[in-house]
Amino acid sequence: MKQGNTSISKAPAVLRHAFLSVTILFLAFGCGDDTQTVVTRTELVMQDEFNKDGSPSSDLWGFDIGNGSNGWGNNELQYYTDRRENVTIQSGHLIITAREESFKGSNYTSARLLTKGKFEQQYGRFEARIRLPWGQGIWPAFWMLGADIDTNPWPAAGEIDIMEFRGQEPTLILGSVHGPGYSGGEAISKSYSLTNGRFDTGFHVFGIEWGPNFVNYYVDNVLYNQITPADVTGEWVFEKPFYILINLAVGGSFVGSPNDETVFPQTMLVDYVRVYK
Amino acid sequence: MKNMKIFSLKTLLLVFIAVVISSCERTLSGDVVFATFPNNPEVFIDGFSGGLEYLPFAGSKLDAFTVDSEVRVGEFGASMRFDVPNVGDPAGTFAGAIFPDNGGRDLTGYDALTFYARASQGSTINEIGFGNDFGDNTYLVALNNLKISTAWTKYTIPIPDPSKLVAEKGMFWYAAGAEGPYGHTFWIDELKYEKLGTVAQPRPAIFGGVDKTEDSFNGATFTIDGLTQTFNLASGLDQTVAAAPSYFEFKSSNVDVARVSELGVVTVVGAGEATITALLAGVKAKGSLTITSSGNIALAPTPTAPVADVISLFSDAYTNVPVDFFNGFYGGSTTETADIVINNDNLKYYTKLNFVGIEFGNPTVNATAYNFLHLDILTNNSTSSNFQIKVRDRGSNGVLNTDIFTGNPLPDDKEITFTVTPAQITNGEWLSIDIPLTGDIATQKNNLAQIVFVGDIDFLLDNLYFYK
Repeated sequence: MKQGNTSISKAPAVLRHAFLSVTILFLAFGCGDDTQTVVTRTELVMQDEFNKDGSPSSDLWGFDIGNGSNGWGNNELQYYTDRRENVTIQSGHLIITAREESFKGSNYTSARLLTKGKFEQQYGRFEARIRLPWGQGIWPAFWMLGADIDTNPWPAAGEIDIMEFRGQEPTLILGSVHGPGYSGGEAISKSYSLTNGRFDTGFHVFGIEWGPNFVNYYVDNVLYNQITPADVTGEWVFEKPFYILINLAVGGSFVGSPNDETVFPQTMLVDYVRVYK
Repeated sequence: MKNMKIFSLKTLLLVFIAVVISSCERTLSGDVVFATFPNNPEVFIDGFSGGLEYLPFAGSKLDAFTVDSEVRVGEFGASMRFDVPNVGDPAGTFAGAIFPDNGGRDLTGYDALTFYARASQGSTINEIGFGNDFGDNTYLVALNNLKISTAWTKYTIPIPDPSKLVAEKGMFWYAAGAEGPYGHTFWIDELKYEKLGTVAQPRPAIFGGVDKTEDSFNGATFTIDGLTQTFNLASGLDQTVAAAPSYFEFKSSNVDVARVSELGVVTVVGAGEATITALLAGVKAKGSLTITSSGNIALAPTPTAPVADVISLFSDAYTNVPVDFFNGFYGGSTTETADIVINNDNLKYYTKLNFVGIEFGNPTVNATAYNFLHLDILTNNSTSSNFQIKVRDRGSNGVLNTDIFTGNPLPDDKEITFTVTPAQITNGEWLSIDIPLTGDIATQKNNLAQIVFVGDIDFLLDNLYFYK
């Protein structure tokens, strides 16, 4: 998502893994046979439950500040700050707030947290429980970048988007990977829709299980996609440590600008971030 | 009112089968509490659902609705067809009906009424919704000006607060007029209540979301209008519906100044300030009314002129002739007009006055045999400016002719101006004004059509009438 435009679905991946998805769905809704599961939640190695009110722990989280280069590569409209107005912890939740206000030349403010240099890991299960904001032009994301990005610029560094969401499509999220030859609008991506619900009215768990030569994508207990080296149209760059980002963007080429119906402020609530080995 | 009852044997059979099938598969726990009313979500799928009736509005084209088995969604059954009449159709001026189930249904488990619709041409259904039962319409909902196209499209009418609909009779209603001179046809199918789970982000409003302020008096009443509920739908788009007062919980910040009923009628009861706000399903509505009350005021003197000697425009003491409007909102006018009722006496309250026109041209007033115009006014904020009343005869050409630069009448209009000086006005006391119909209109007062007020006071108006 970092410098991407519109992500596209990749039909072959969908077909290839349709059988797997169906199997998992059957298990998830089936008779509760505990002996078979693909969800790996052992050996918790990092967790932030956001139980201490105030600012996020600086041991784990840093901030991107400002409006980036070309709106963080996407023509985004917000100015990121680390002010309490844009990012705080209250009542057990990390609260990222996008506001409509004039601030240092931008018309919106928001926040972007990242674990760069503080927590970086290769492989594992990465998940967060989030209630998303909503409305035209609202673009929250829970994602990862290759930790060597400073010496190995994007897209070669690699990007794993665990969850991206367009506020104007409240029932649908996207999971993607970006790498050399398949970045931005060419990313390998798949969407997941709720049939009788939406992502801005309650919490949902967004996760990946990442291992050698695969990234599995989950929403709650549903595995909805698997991406392997065979799916990407370039080099597989996911065999090294990545760090985590959580942000709430406003506008930009992926979602378009807010309109008269967009309500501000908008809040993204994160209940927890957990990483398993 | 035409009352037709339509049964669909097929639908009843289907419902029966569905009940039999589901009863095979379900086992009920001991905790089950049975609803008092059936929760059948279907209104019209391939035919009428059981218990549904068709009742067209008075004045509408009574046979505008038919069941159409040619045009439909899906391979089987039929759709609801509505033929909106041409302008001037003697059979009716519009199409409109309610479809009640007078047994009542429990709709608390649903969040929207949904349907597919298409039309013979791109057109607008003026009002469409539910909660209309030709009774109290307690939980009336209307989606206004729904635009439909020639392709079958699914539409969603969200329920403002489903928990209210424990025994709803009004399953569906609509009203539609011609587009230009010509009527058209539209079809509705798969009409049913659904639990979509995607009707979210409620944003109720009163007074159209505006924070209003009013100066007022004891006994004055206001009706809360502009009541809406807005949701964001699965499409990502907002949908606003007009919602009946009973969906809201109204509150006065000071019940010693103003009280508000469950139907949204505000009554001023004391001096001071009170703010009226509302909740809908626990969500605070946007918009409010802040009333500053000066307490008790006297009513205007009761008129004494015999009924036979009066042509009344606005008085509770007489039968009034038709008035086109009490505020023409002429270009450049800042004047606002409110209806106020104090102890069953109707008053007009003019505020932010610079000039304002009352017109009564349908028909005009022939005051040839009458000698005076009477009016009573009361103000609390007299100023150093004169207050003027202008009375206009529009002549025989049927229109008001006014110099747009001076405001003066152009031939064949005639006009007199009566001036009240500041010295004649006492704050808080009714002033009775009697204007002789003399001067320029002495010999031409058979087509009186307009009264204009000019000044800068806020004032109450009562008992506006011509007399001998």
